[in-house]
Amino acid sequence: MENIKDSQWPIWEVFIQSQPGTPYKHAGSVHGPDKTIAMQNARDTYFRRNEGTSIWLVPSEAIVASNPEESEMFFDPSNDKAYRHPTFYTMPEGALNI
Amino acid sequence: MTHQETLFNYTLRLGDNALILGHRLGEWCSKAPILEEDLAITNMALDLIGRAEVLLKYAGEIEGKGRSENDLAYKRAERKFQNFLLLEQPNGDFAFTIARQLYNSVFEYFYYTELLNSKDTQIAAIAAKAIKEIKYHLKHAHDWTIRLGDGTDESKLRMQKAINELWMFTGEFFEKDEIDEMMNEFGIAPDPASLKGAWLSMIMDTLNEAGLQIPETNYMQTGSKNGVHSEHLGYILAEMQYLQRAYPDAKW
Amino acid sequence: MEYKFLEQYFESKIEKDINIEPKDWMPEAYRQHLVRQISQHAHSEVIGMQPEGNWISRAPSLRAKKILRAKIQDEGGHGLYLYSAAETLGVSRDELIQQLHEGKAKYSSIFNYPALTWADIGAIGWLVDGAAIVNQVSLQRTSYGPYARAMVRICKEESFHQRQGYEIMANMMAGTADQKEMAQDAMNRWWWPALMMFGPHDTDSPHTGNAMKWKIKRQSNDVLRQKFIDKTVQQAEIIGLSIPDKDLKWNETKKCYDHGEINWNEFHQVINGNGPCNHQRMSNHIKAHQEGEWVRKAASAYSAKHKDQNLIQATH
Repeated sequence: MENIKDSQWPIWEVFIQSQPGTPYKHAGSVHGPDKTIAMQNARDTYFRRNEGTSIWLVPSEAIVASNPEESEMFFDPSNDKAYRHPTFYTMPEGALNI
Repeated sequence: MTHQETLFNYTLRLGDNALILGHRLGEWCSKAPILEEDLAITNMALDLIGRAEVLLKYAGEIEGKGRSENDLAYKRAERKFQNFLLLEQPNGDFAFTIARQLYNSVFEYFYYTELLNSKDTQIAAIAAKAIKEIKYHLKHAHDWTIRLGDGTDESKLRMQKAINELWMFTGEFFEKDEIDEMMNEFGIAPDPASLKGAWLSMIMDTLNEAGLQIPETNYMQTGSKNGVHSEHLGYILAEMQYLQRAYPDAKW
Repeated sequence: MEYKFLEQYFESKIEKDINIEPKDWMPEAYRQHLVRQISQHAHSEVIGMQPEGNWISRAPSLRAKKILRAKIQDEGGHGLYLYSAAETLGVSRDELIQQLHEGKAKYSSIFNYPALTWADIGAIGWLVDGAAIVNQVSLQRTSYGPYARAMVRICKEESFHQRQGYEIMANMMAGTADQKEMAQDAMNRWWWPALMMFGPHDTDSPHTGNAMKWKIKRQSNDVLRQKFIDKTVQQAEIIGLSIPDKDLKWNETKKCYDHGEINWNEFHQVINGNGPCNHQRMSNHIKAHQEGEWVRKAASAYSAKHKDQNLIQATH
């Protein structure tokens, strides 16, 4: 379990429902090593822990995004990530073999 | 001691605990391992200072000598503070801070849950607000204890060291003196000794889940309820109280 | 041929004030400019936590202690919003931090000045945040979507920061002789550096041309600086503080304040590493980062061990 690479942790997109019945809106992103810590971070960053607000967290890499029309002509149409060049963190070496 | 004096001292203790721990956590500002944790720790420090403010204000009202929360925080000397020894210990590394948070948050969780039913309505109200924050502090401490204990070899070593070294300060949580007895008699506060079983159980569950050993030493530090502190408190107060003491006529 | 079409499409969006979003085509220079500007803005928020953080332990009342912490927490949060915005442009926060540590990225020169007394905390909140607000309100209309949205969020939270600082100054100016002296002294040391926050004169600013063309910047350095001076002078006068500028004078024709010349030599020295606190701010940041490595790794290791509990799987 060694050879862990130091990183600022993966990115999660934060969606907020400020009141019941309203749509979830994208608020921004947070970094977190896993969903539990990421949720805590989302609360601390975007809510200062307001009660009653609903939060959805999605790992950035899980988002499938459409391409703006003009890009499809010139860029890889299979580039369906939300950001230009998604930066994800390499899993620690050896972890996949466990 | 009269009932009024007892209640005053009791409330002061609650306030001092919040104040000193809040002060210690504030020292992490801009030094946390990652920006998100800087926010998390500052958030908790903010909760605690807010709680200290309310508790010390109430204490001053109970005392009835016109002392404000600031008079109590900034003008009392070392031997008048009654915060737990655990809370004035230096932050150490992140593991040390998390271990201190774990021990204290589990205790506060059980203690403040009891205070929700306090016959003193003011204290019950303060507890109602505090318990929400405490649950958050507890979750944070628990989640990090697990991650540090079950993370890397280095983090496990550091966390175990912290758990071991701070263990001797946990005995104070369950000490009962005449103030605790009177408060319990009047239905204002729980008997602290009665919480030990639940505290130990939750601590053991967490340490087990984290792959950490529960310390075995029985020696426990004591003294804070009599104002006998570690050498650290003097330094905390020297810094915290500096401006008020240097400019006694000024209003801040 | 097609490049020209993309460029025109981009420029027409700029012209129509339609936000550019992360996946839109953009000139590489636009992207690089934004990465630099947004990340430096983020770094500034984070470094800015240091001078104020120094005074948390000595805040002279519980209310002041609380408010200062809340302010610093906001600033950390602002740093987070801005790093998030920068990351949409294809750069990682790891890289941005490395650039900061290597001196390749800068942060606002104002934070290279020391917070010497409690009055400095007042001056920082009032003048430094005051200047930042002028800049940030303008940036709410910046052309890049994620940056604009971060600015809107930041501006909402910023309002109490300036009031916190101003209240401290006002309180001290209504206090003892020592307090008044402390407040005026802080004013004397922070006024000019606050003006320098707006950057060089428009005529001397190398990046301004493109920044204005692409509506990254909506108003020029000098315009923003003038706005700040005009609103702040009156605030100072009301509480009895004097501005340390003998050339400051109301210009009845232009309906704004004329002011003395900024010491541009000092500005360039500080921005290039020769200010009172540059070394200290950076080494503190590096130290915290290095000391935190084992913690970050521990969390990553835990996550790797417990993959089943998380959606984050293999990466590229």
